[in-house]
Amino acid sequence: MSVTVRLDQLPFRVPARVTAVEWHALTPAEARRLRNLGLDEGVTVEALHGGPIGRDPLAVRIGRMTVAIRRAHAETISVDAAP
Amino acid sequence: MSSYPLVAVVGNPNAGKSALFNMLTGARQKVANYPGVTVERKSGRLSLADGRPVEIVDLPGAYSLDASSPDEEVTRDVVLGKQQGERLPDALLLVVDATNLDNHLRFALQIIDLGLPTVVALNMIDLAARDGLTIDVAALERELGVPVIETVAVRRRGVDAIKEALSGAIGAARRMRSGGEGDFVAIQRRARAIAAAATVAEAPTRRWTGRLDTIVLHPLLGPIIFAAIMFVMFQAVFAWSQAPVAIIEDLVSAAQGAAVTAMPDGVIRSLIVDGALAGVGAVVVFLPQILILFFFILMLESTGYMVRAAFLMDRLMARVGLSGHAFIPLLSSFACAVPGIMATRTIEDPKHRLTTILIAPLMTCSARLPVYAIIIGAFIPARSVGYGIGLQGLVLFGLYLTGIVGALVAALVLRSTIARGTHQGFMLEMPKYQMPHLRDIVLGLWQRALIFLRRAGTIILVSTIVLWALLSFPQPKAGETALDSSIAGRLASGLEVVMRPIGFNHEISLALIPAMAAREVAVSALATAYSIQEDDEVKADQSLTSQLRGRWSLPTALAFLAWFVFAPQCLSTVAVTRRETNGWRWPGFMLAYLFALAYIAAGATFWLATFAGL
Repeated sequence: MSVTVRLDQLPFRVPARVTAVEWHALTPAEARRLRNLGLDEGVTVEALHGGPIGRDPLAVRIGRMTVAIRRAHAETISVDAAP
Repeated sequence: MSSYPLVAVVGNPNAGKSALFNMLTGARQKVANYPGVTVERKSGRLSLADGRPVEIVDLPGAYSLDASSPDEEVTRDVVLGKQQGERLPDALLLVVDATNLDNHLRFALQIIDLGLPTVVALNMIDLAARDGLTIDVAALERELGVPVIETVAVRRRGVDAIKEALSGAIGAARRMRSGGEGDFVAIQRRARAIAAAATVAEAPTRRWTGRLDTIVLHPLLGPIIFAAIMFVMFQAVFAWSQAPVAIIEDLVSAAQGAAVTAMPDGVIRSLIVDGALAGVGAVVVFLPQILILFFFILMLESTGYMVRAAFLMDRLMARVGLSGHAFIPLLSSFACAVPGIMATRTIEDPKHRLTTILIAPLMTCSARLPVYAIIIGAFIPARSVGYGIGLQGLVLFGLYLTGIVGALVAALVLRSTIARGTHQGFMLEMPKYQMPHLRDIVLGLWQRALIFLRRAGTIILVSTIVLWALLSFPQPKAGETALDSSIAGRLASGLEVVMRPIGFNHEISLALIPAMAAREVAVSALATAYSIQEDDEVKADQSLTSQLRGRWSLPTALAFLAWFVFAPQCLSTVAVTRRETNGWRWPGFMLAYLFALAYIAAGATFWLATFAGL
């Protein structure tokens, strides 16, 4: 059984699969940049670290790459975490 | 050189492209700008396996042909043959990171689809092995349809094979397709499929980048490590530079001495000794500090720490409408705002970038130090305030802090007025940690030293000569001093009317005019204004100090310090802002708002200090 959560709610160090991205909630530039950094439906992501204030931004592994994104953007990403 | 075949090196950011380029060309690189844009063109020469020489050019890193920054536009236009001032390459050397195939293959597929003869350098193959990745090169070649060479740029592995493959590629037919228009998502998925097929084995090793990040990005340890690195860096800038600065000063005064003995007294000698040598010498003296700071910045960048620092700082910068992206340019601005402003090119959002450019001059650059040092030395007593902290050092720290706070407030105001826009997020690739490589650091320092010296030799030379003329002409009549009769002296009298209310006297007004070229010139201008003719520098400094003590009140001295925290007195900064913003509008605005801030800050300081009875 899997649980669908938003990436910003995903606990650290729990790999999950991206099920949906609200591309329309992002500006075209942001969407393009996230795609350039490897984000897509179906890829594996894992939240690794959070910034010192409010655990924001997040360091997220996308595929084989680690990427810094803000929580506000992580909210647009839905993931399936296999328990 | 232009008659040789052209090879362009392309690849994602962090693919190790520049290290590979450095390995192929060595130190014989030419750095220029593409016409009309401020993107660097780095080129060099390479002899192929069959002995043919080719010109090789290092294009800016790009994630895709769908360009989103001026740098990426140049890369796209060069490979499409549309870039002004560049011919269509005869072959491409495409660099991909073996440890990050699924991402880098997407851009690789876009490039290969263009139809130019292409050779793929499968770089950092050693790191892939360390990560437990085994890649089937033959399978990758089959899928991509172009030669794939395994390379380790930092260890010269794969050079001969690349030269061999490029020999074969040059002269092959260029079958240009429209290219770059393909469905992005489809290409991305194709790239992932190819990467998965070519990756034979993936051992589940815990990568040490991850382990290091656990410490470096720790919510508590991370900021402590960051603060420690910053402390060591600024400490080194001042401590390590003292010896080389003394050598440069000796060389300049030796050159002045030689000119004085070799030439008859007159206008020409004065031009060379007091104008050219004194002016350029006053600027070249900052070379050691700038190089030390750049050494740290290059180290932080090449190890991968810089992005971590930006990560740690992002939240704080978000409060004033900026992001971690602005951190790197602002850090560079502590050496000098010019490279700092140039480094803002990595910021995609135009308003975000503009804000960063406009506040960069508020970071205390090394040119302010001589001014601060002389005033603090003269007016702030060298006593301790307890806990081993000296009052003079505390004042200096306060000046740095005032600049930073001023910059943050300015950013907040700018972002909610003229540079208002959506809060662009913070999205940044965090590359693997890597050992810095001496060749790349030395080359980077060498190129920055050249750029700095070229500027000292042109803009600064010309402006110091102009200012020398303003200070020397017209020649004084009987009973007049040279300064009073000069054009600059008359200008100072006009300026004094404006400056009097904030506590500045005639000599300060006069010193501010040549200091327009570069802030540190204010010190030598003050010395000139107080007619100090002292060859020995220590004595000259001592006598300037006692002159200042005798003629300035403490409120005036404090106001003078406050003025220099804000005043945009640096022609190079104005010139680079004009270049980076394509016009006079923003440098004009920068001059206006910073002078206004300087005037208000100096005035407030003067009157507060006066009322406080200082």
